[in-house]
Amino acid sequence: MSAAAIASQLLQLAIALALAPLLVGWVNQCRAWLANRSAPPLLLPYYTIRKLFVKDAVVAENASAVFRTTPYIVFAAMCCAAAIVPSLATDLPFARAADAIALVGLFALARVFIALAAMDIGTAFGSLGARREMLVGFLAEPALLMVLFTASLISGSTSLPTIVDTFAHRELAIYPSLAFAGVAFTMVSLAENARIPVDNPATHLELTMIHEAMLLEYSARHLALMEWAAALKLFNYSCIGLALFFPYGIAAAGGDWLAMLGAAPALIGKLMIGGFLLALIETLSAKMRIFRAPEFLGTAFLLAVLAMLVNQMLGS
Amino acid sequence: MAGLPLYAQLINLLAAILLLLAFAMLTQRRVLSLVNLFAAQGVALGVSTAIVAYGTGQGHLYASAALTFALKVCLLPWLLHRLIRKLDVKWDVEGLINVPTTMLIGIVLVVFSFNLAYPISQLASTVTRATLGIAMASVMLSFLMMITRRKALPQVIGFLAMENGLFFAATSATYGMPMVVELGIALDVLVGMLILGVFFFQIREQFDSLDLKHMEKLKEGD
Repeated sequence: MSAAAIASQLLQLAIALALAPLLVGWVNQCRAWLANRSAPPLLLPYYTIRKLFVKDAVVAENASAVFRTTPYIVFAAMCCAAAIVPSLATDLPFARAADAIALVGLFALARVFIALAAMDIGTAFGSLGARREMLVGFLAEPALLMVLFTASLISGSTSLPTIVDTFAHRELAIYPSLAFAGVAFTMVSLAENARIPVDNPATHLELTMIHEAMLLEYSARHLALMEWAAALKLFNYSCIGLALFFPYGIAAAGGDWLAMLGAAPALIGKLMIGGFLLALIETLSAKMRIFRAPEFLGTAFLLAVLAMLVNQMLGS
Repeated sequence: MAGLPLYAQLINLLAAILLLLAFAMLTQRRVLSLVNLFAAQGVALGVSTAIVAYGTGQGHLYASAALTFALKVCLLPWLLHRLIRKLDVKWDVEGLINVPTTMLIGIVLVVFSFNLAYPISQLASTVTRATLGIAMASVMLSFLMMITRRKALPQVIGFLAMENGLFFAATSATYGMPMVVELGIALDVLVGMLILGVFFFQIREQFDSLDLKHMEKLKEGD
């Protein structure tokens, strides 16, 4: 473990923490442009988080320790995930601690705690949101695992840095299985990050909420951490997608500082394009009824399984 | 994979698209979209046949690609669109049994046909032999589509899609059948389609609907 590797690990974590709210702000701005509205400030998520941190926290009387510790657990889980996912460099000492399957487990841990905290208070909307979140989650998780398995089969490893290293340095060939997996992954990330075909992040109507309904009881620093964690989750998913399907420009293992300097603008450029595409998908599609979500995620699962089978059959 | 020439990679890609379209047809509720998906499958089939022709230098496959385009992309979808217009079933929506379950059965079928085709494709010497399993899977999926549908028109589209899968199997496994056979099959499909078109009107005249569950009764009056 060299000093450069530790430095790249820390730098990557810092960049993830700093850039995650910016990505949310960028997506919101693109959505406003596409809908012909005047855009909110790009830095609005930062202002919101700062404002929430200086406010006094109000916790419901019957809140247990689960409710109060959940924001920290969720935030920590997302930070761990940000440390594992190779966004800037593939030489990550911390990534040896967990592979792609453990990464899915980290997301599941965060989801379970959010749902528990939402049910802890005992309000109707909280439990409603928690149930919907679990409905979406249990369908999205196998699809995500299948996508990661397809990538693992092609590269021969479940460790994310190894997968990305293999993909970034292979010779150019058409992989139909990766195309399927890419579409499946996009659908899963839309569902997991509470984006439009499944959930509307900007809704004010509690009855249609999934993710927001679970955060209704949070305030001040707890809410700030939850919002930041949600932004980090979007950032993590975007980075997994970029790492698996567009790994070009990432700093390889054993690289020097120059490679890292080149990787950062590449990452920001890719995230900007990805954020714009996300806003485009959200603008072009309408929110589904909640009972159509299983069909949507079933299609994602089907595509991911087909990707794996096609990979087995064609060897590509 | 990396050792394959570009044209073989393209054929693999088109085979994957063919499989995806078969699944899309399996879960599509609207008759009109079903016809469009069938036409798209024809395009994928024609392009892949042309690429096989280019890659292997088999001249007669160009003719069969052209035949595919003329018949399956232009003529048959046009006939089907005309039938839909005349039968006035343009906005027909079919109540499918449980889409996720159908998809899962479809996945099982794909696994089955991949397993079945694997030893066969090991024996073949063509570059595109790996796609045999996909061709088989799309035949199976069209078969499943015919089983799960109740209306007459989607069943016929399923039948035509099955022929697409068979045709793809022939090109991928053996670089195409003799021209006489291909022409004969094309003519068969066309004539079959025309006769079935006449049948639709007969069925509707007899039963006042294209739902085939009415035909399950053997006796009149009960």
